[in-house]
Amino acid sequence: MKVIYLDHAATTPVDPRVLEAMLPALTEVYGNASSFHQIGQAARKLVEASRETIAQAIGAKPGEIYFTAGGTEADNMALFGVTEALKLKKGKHVITTGLEHHAIYDTFLWLKDQGFEVTTLPVDEYGRVNPKDVEAAIRPDTILVSIMHANNEIGTIQPIAEIGAITRQRGVYFHVDAVQTVGHVPIDVKEMNIDLLSMAAHKFYGPKGVGALFIRRGVRIKQQLHGGAQERGLRPGTENVPGIVGMGKAIEIALECMQEEAQKEQALRDKLIQGLLKIPDVRLNGHPSERLPGNVNVSISYIEGESILLSLDLLGICASSGSACTSGSLEPSHVLLNIGLDHPTAHGSLRLTLGRQNTEDEIDYVLQVLPDVVQRLRQMSPIWPGNLIEKK
Amino acid sequence: MQYTEKVLDHFQKPRNMGQIPNASGVGEVGNATCGDIMRIYLSIENDIIMDVKFQTYGCGAAVATTSMLTELVKGKTLEEALHITNADVAKELGGLPPVKMHCSNLAADALKVAIEDYRNQQNQKGE
Repeated sequence: MKVIYLDHAATTPVDPRVLEAMLPALTEVYGNASSFHQIGQAARKLVEASRETIAQAIGAKPGEIYFTAGGTEADNMALFGVTEALKLKKGKHVITTGLEHHAIYDTFLWLKDQGFEVTTLPVDEYGRVNPKDVEAAIRPDTILVSIMHANNEIGTIQPIAEIGAITRQRGVYFHVDAVQTVGHVPIDVKEMNIDLLSMAAHKFYGPKGVGALFIRRGVRIKQQLHGGAQERGLRPGTENVPGIVGMGKAIEIALECMQEEAQKEQALRDKLIQGLLKIPDVRLNGHPSERLPGNVNVSISYIEGESILLSLDLLGICASSGSACTSGSLEPSHVLLNIGLDHPTAHGSLRLTLGRQNTEDEIDYVLQVLPDVVQRLRQMSPIWPGNLIEKK
Repeated sequence: MQYTEKVLDHFQKPRNMGQIPNASGVGEVGNATCGDIMRIYLSIENDIIMDVKFQTYGCGAAVATTSMLTELVKGKTLEEALHITNADVAKELGGLPPVKMHCSNLAADALKVAIEDYRNQQNQKGE
């Protein structure tokens, strides 16, 4: 059976050109980038070349890029590093949204337990933050605003540049979790007035286990790991040279084809959304236009997300859901609840995220089989109104 | 999710799915908020389960457990049926992933509610 991969927001396959670029760093250039000798220095060269490519891709300077082991580490490094550096100097108030990825959401829960005051901004039904609410929430003791660029579940893109203009003017650090947007949506940290920005290579066809945090020069931040002098002492540990090389190559390719890819994905996305909305009692989650080019998220009434995923998986389609049954907890996705969905609607969510290799034929296949999957599960469901008619 | 072949088989080809009009007893457990509802319909004659149907809103395990339960109880006396536990249902399916053992393995509970419903109706008729 042919497998149709529609879970690119979870992770992407490594591009063959990325793998090719990584291989020498796993074989000939095996040196420790901190070593004095030629093999070490060859590795150093690879790391710095990659740093430069990544910096350029977001409008930063190479010295502002710090490699990490992924997006979660970058997020933790930003939140812990800044709050620790400023808590005694300026205050203990931070601002975020209820839509953040767990790497931010749960870190703020922890900081709250440690005595920080966390303001969670309201969002509209599409999950958009109003910049005016950011402005109103800033206080003299506010030390950090952290808002994701685009949401991983519903794909909604936030007005980052507008928020950045406010935080910069008010002198508050602005951290952006851009894990879903780097390599997919244009980013310029200077124009957008971003102070810290997290990214992860495996979301743009790079390898897993490598990411980076952009830290604008001059931002006060305290190191969270203690060890050697790597990454200017802020993130000690021997550099993951193959991973870093792969990340650099991946972003280089992503930039080259960004516009073309976004157009292609958006066309497939809109076709998929329109097709899904033809099924009765299906709603689109997230913003209709201000959304990631590859993101589709719908709620299908009267049925539960995991059973949809299982049915699709048996048909060769890899998808995702915000249902409690797939979250590993008893609660459905906090993102879906925070945009105002009730529990059953959140349980019935289906996320399909497109990527570089998806074709129109694949979308046609999904649209061909999904109505039958929905119909079958609804016929099984005690809450489907179609079943209530029989009951006399 | 790691499901056994048997779970997948019951999910894809559920046994006894549907409703029984004028059922002798109906039992339901769960709610839409937690993401699982299992409903069992019984047709009972002389304390024997002559027919059984189910409807389930929930995950793959929820569907498979209710489907399996209907197979286990068909033709059984009420006393025999009441001895079946949620653990028995999971065992018949070749096991369930640990996270599914509690939230999605409630079919035997729904059966008990259905039998209780039948007995209540009988008592009311007797009065």
